[in-house]
Amino acid sequence: MTGVDTGAARGPTLAARLGIDRSVTIAFGCILLILCGGALYSREFLSPEYLLQQLQVGAFLGIIASGAMMVILLGHIDLSIPWVVTLGAMMATAMVGWGGAAGVWLCIPFGVFCGAVVGVLNGLGVAYLRLPSMIFTLGMNAVVQGLMVLHTGGFAPLDQATPAMHFMAVQRSLFGIPNAVFVWALVGIFVIYVLKRTAFGRAVYAVGNRESAAYLSGVNTNRVLIGCFAFSGAMAAFAGVLLAGYSNKAYQNMGDAYLLPAIAAVVLGGTNILGGRGNYLGTIAGVILITLLQSILSVMQMPEAGRQVIYGCVIIAMLLIYGRGAKARS
Amino acid sequence: MSDRKPYLELKRISKRYGGVSALTEVDFSVYPGEIQAVLGENGAGKSTLIKIASGVTDPTEGEVFIEGRPVRFKSPTEAMRAGVVCVFQELSLLPEMTVADNLSIVDPPKWLGMIDAKGQRDRARALLKRVGCEDVHPLELVRNLPLSRRQMVEIAKALGRDPRILILDEATSALTADDVERVYGIIRDLKKSGVGILYVSHRMREIEALADTATVFRNGRKIETFTKGARSVDAIIEMMIGREVTHQYPPKPEPLDAKAEAGKPVALAAANLAWGREIQGVSFNLRKGEIVGLGGLDGQGQRELLLALFGVLKGVSGTVAVDGKPISLDGPRQAMHAPLPMALIPEDRKTEGLMLPMSVRDNMTLAALPRLLGRFGIDGDKENAAVQRMVDRLRVKTPNLDAPVSALSGGNQQKVVLAKWLMTAPGIILLNDPTRGIDVGTKQEIYRLMRELANQGAAILFYSTDYAELIGCCDRVLVVYDGKIRRELAGEALNERNLLQSALNIDASEQAA
Amino acid sequence: MKTGALSNWRYWIAHNAGVLTAVVLFAAMFTLYISNHSAGLTPAVATTAANKAVLLALVAMAQTLPVLTRGLDLSVGMVFVMANCIASTIVVGTVGEGLLGIVAVLLIGALAGFINGAIVVWGRLQPIITTLATGAVYYGISLFVRPGPGGDVQSDIADLLTGQLFGAIPAALVVLLVVVLVVWVPYRRSVLGRAAYAVGSNEQAAYMSGVPVQRAKLLAYTLAGVLASIAGLMLTFNTYSGEASAPIAGTYTLNSIAAVVIGGTSLFGGWGSAIGSIFGAFVLRTIEDLLFVFDLPPLWQPLFQGVVLLFAVSLGAFRILRVRNRLELFS
Repeated sequence: MTGVDTGAARGPTLAARLGIDRSVTIAFGCILLILCGGALYSREFLSPEYLLQQLQVGAFLGIIASGAMMVILLGHIDLSIPWVVTLGAMMATAMVGWGGAAGVWLCIPFGVFCGAVVGVLNGLGVAYLRLPSMIFTLGMNAVVQGLMVLHTGGFAPLDQATPAMHFMAVQRSLFGIPNAVFVWALVGIFVIYVLKRTAFGRAVYAVGNRESAAYLSGVNTNRVLIGCFAFSGAMAAFAGVLLAGYSNKAYQNMGDAYLLPAIAAVVLGGTNILGGRGNYLGTIAGVILITLLQSILSVMQMPEAGRQVIYGCVIIAMLLIYGRGAKARS
Repeated sequence: MSDRKPYLELKRISKRYGGVSALTEVDFSVYPGEIQAVLGENGAGKSTLIKIASGVTDPTEGEVFIEGRPVRFKSPTEAMRAGVVCVFQELSLLPEMTVADNLSIVDPPKWLGMIDAKGQRDRARALLKRVGCEDVHPLELVRNLPLSRRQMVEIAKALGRDPRILILDEATSALTADDVERVYGIIRDLKKSGVGILYVSHRMREIEALADTATVFRNGRKIETFTKGARSVDAIIEMMIGREVTHQYPPKPEPLDAKAEAGKPVALAAANLAWGREIQGVSFNLRKGEIVGLGGLDGQGQRELLLALFGVLKGVSGTVAVDGKPISLDGPRQAMHAPLPMALIPEDRKTEGLMLPMSVRDNMTLAALPRLLGRFGIDGDKENAAVQRMVDRLRVKTPNLDAPVSALSGGNQQKVVLAKWLMTAPGIILLNDPTRGIDVGTKQEIYRLMRELANQGAAILFYSTDYAELIGCCDRVLVVYDGKIRRELAGEALNERNLLQSALNIDASEQAA
Repeated sequence: MKTGALSNWRYWIAHNAGVLTAVVLFAAMFTLYISNHSAGLTPAVATTAANKAVLLALVAMAQTLPVLTRGLDLSVGMVFVMANCIASTIVVGTVGEGLLGIVAVLLIGALAGFINGAIVVWGRLQPIITTLATGAVYYGISLFVRPGPGGDVQSDIADLLTGQLFGAIPAALVVLLVVVLVVWVPYRRSVLGRAAYAVGSNEQAAYMSGVPVQRAKLLAYTLAGVLASIAGLMLTFNTYSGEASAPIAGTYTLNSIAAVVIGGTSLFGGWGSAIGSIFGAFVLRTIEDLLFVFDLPPLWQPLFQGVVLLFAVSLGAFRILRVRNRLELFS
């Protein structure tokens, strides 16, 4: 044998198979730390009710982060999330007015569809016009904002959520677990399946690592780009629909609070902001971490100023612990 | 001469990356006015040696001396100040900056504390003249220069730093024959003025032409330093790979006579291909089971021709038929689904062939994933089995299938690229200089593989910058000059003299006279 | 020698095509604006336009420096707002005290930028995510300093810098010119300034060539903090108050990126200039003014602005028409 290694015999470890790497471990460790710290402050933090509530709130962020993650894996970024969230909410609620009886049924798919359309446009700009995603999605965000301002101002449409939206976002049907958590779980399973078991998922990582090599290997890179941006748009809009159900109405700026937490959650979960590396388990950890952090700061009645400072410092500190780039000099 | 002192001396140098030893207890010295060749397969430790000497990385153990004084370079800048200047294999030029900026990037001429643009231009003009690149304007952006010119600018940049020790790491790999001669001249001049030169190259002929002494490395250890002529080429190769060389090239099939030749089925027929100035009306046939070489000087349109056939270039005119059916040149995906599936081993494996941080498995199966689907998406067992078969067949040295490709040596990385395409069972294989910067052992394996694939019926179009390789591997060679096929060489006519003559576009009859 | 000088000019124009395009675009739009303005080009009209435009121009200049190193500063808007809030509390009292306050604000801006740079350089974190997080911190500090809108500013200095010189020239433009001459020009022609371009062009190659990579990045982020705080000071002089407004910070950050792109600077680093960004900012501001003079219904304005923004950034797509080798699309 001339150093030929029988690699298959020594396959990946179980942890590696499940996608548990250093960043995921640290993220989950921090979650435990926050919970323990919270428990010292108040016993309420360990009650199932509190935790379920956090999961419910986290589900909205989780769904948005699922889409954001697909785009970040490509090495791109979707800055149109804020207004696409609003778009989803407004189009879904407005559909009830436009569609009458059918509108009640069509409203949720229609809201998601509108988000997907914006996503496809983002993807077209990035794939065919080869514009930097940061700048193109930013422009798209401004366009959608303009459309929504026109929509709310001009036609005074319905903005009330339907019972179905309310059901999905707020109610609990099985074992007292909020339905929103099930919705997030479905989205999560879909993402994991696509990333782990499909050629599309493999292509996502390939494009994120080196698009030219992926192209020369016969990967339809433009389709991958458009697909991921469409998914991101659809998920942002879907979260918007749920948020409308949660607060019973759609309103302007409802998505503003979600862009930075979504990106932070994905990155804290170990996904490389430059693309090509990351797994969904990390994103789950990141979402829970961000949600708990926000919750604990508000429970402690920290003023907004302090919350912002702590929020920023925690993200920096956590990233300094892991997720650092390679040294130029070894 | 015997009492002279080395300018640069490395004593008992070791370097470990994680648990892997790249260099083990190496003693090495370079004297002023000496041209020393460094030989060894990829992964033998040459690059690590250069990195330590030029301050890019620290040794784990051992010491570096400059004129007898111990030094510890913290960065390339410090090494340069000490007179050790390196022309890196991976170009260290800044593509979005002008040639003048690049040449004076560290210590520009200044005026009132600010960079003196005119002084910088004048300096650039002088340096460019020294390397014979008067055609390059100092304000041209580096990204607009062809690769061969960039390499000359890189050399000019090193000269501008007044080196006492100049390290050339595969510095001539992209140069045209003229430029190589000029570089030889510069090196000899530097030698006369007392500069020590460390010359790393895989081209044995260059070393024979230039070096005073040569040092062979293998597996991170220094094997031997000897003066030129003391060892035969075969003995040197044996030292490098540590085993006896039997055949450099696999045997070719007996050349067929013209009639039998014409009877073999044509895999790919190109007619009147043209693309800008690079390809100007190229027609040829590629038959099943044969290896056809693309020869000629570097940059005569050979690379573009391969890219055009694979559908990467826009606006190519002319027709291409595969297995008798015309195909459109729309992209790699279309080429992969041609009547005979096509494959392209690209020029630069790091940016065009591989996803470096991804695993050996993911890289190998990327092009062939549709074949590995089960009922619920990718079938993991099927995939692992297919990858393992390829790893065994090509003898890829990898710790396991999940190791990132970046952890493999250059030769093994190239094998992964080959494996990726073999998985698609291609009928037509386009190879773009696949052995460039690869160790001798892997080169021979690649030659054998090519012949094996041809014997199984694949049609292979093989571009190489190494004439010996073309002569050794190909059934016939198309010599390209200025975007046109200048001459076709086969059988007895396929020799170095003819190759060079037609590459230089010198008419054979004129020469004979 | 004459042909040499001529070809030097040819290269200069080629290297600055992006900036020149932005200048021409701005000139055309501003002419359109003035010719449709009821008052025409009076010192008052020019001063109002300049006061608004200079704010974005300074923030865009700040954004340019990290972008040149292939980074990004998503905290410029927050530093801008933070400087505004701090200035509204300490740039008060006598002229002397006010000047001292200005120096303090500039130092705080430099510190904020330096922290960004330090985390990017020594912490080796990605600039996007670093400045996203530090932006939250700087916004928190702004809220802490000024929980509600208010405050004051030294009015002599404010009036001087937002009024007109010799009754004709908008003082804000002079401030901008001074910043260009004192900060940008020496920076562009210094070794560390050029090192920033080198780092953005190819960091590995820059390191191999002996370019001071770390110092170049630190300086770029620090200067970005300084420039953003100059903008914050100018905002305070315009409004005579401070406000910790997240929407203002967000808008300025995003518009600064757009201005950088319109000004011909590559988001992939190594190419462009702060001069281009200034004109990019002017173009964006003039669009708003044009909407005003053309009496577009207010409801349509955000949409129109968005479409124009999207269209402006899409102009960069023209390069793909020139691509003959599809591999070039991916670089």
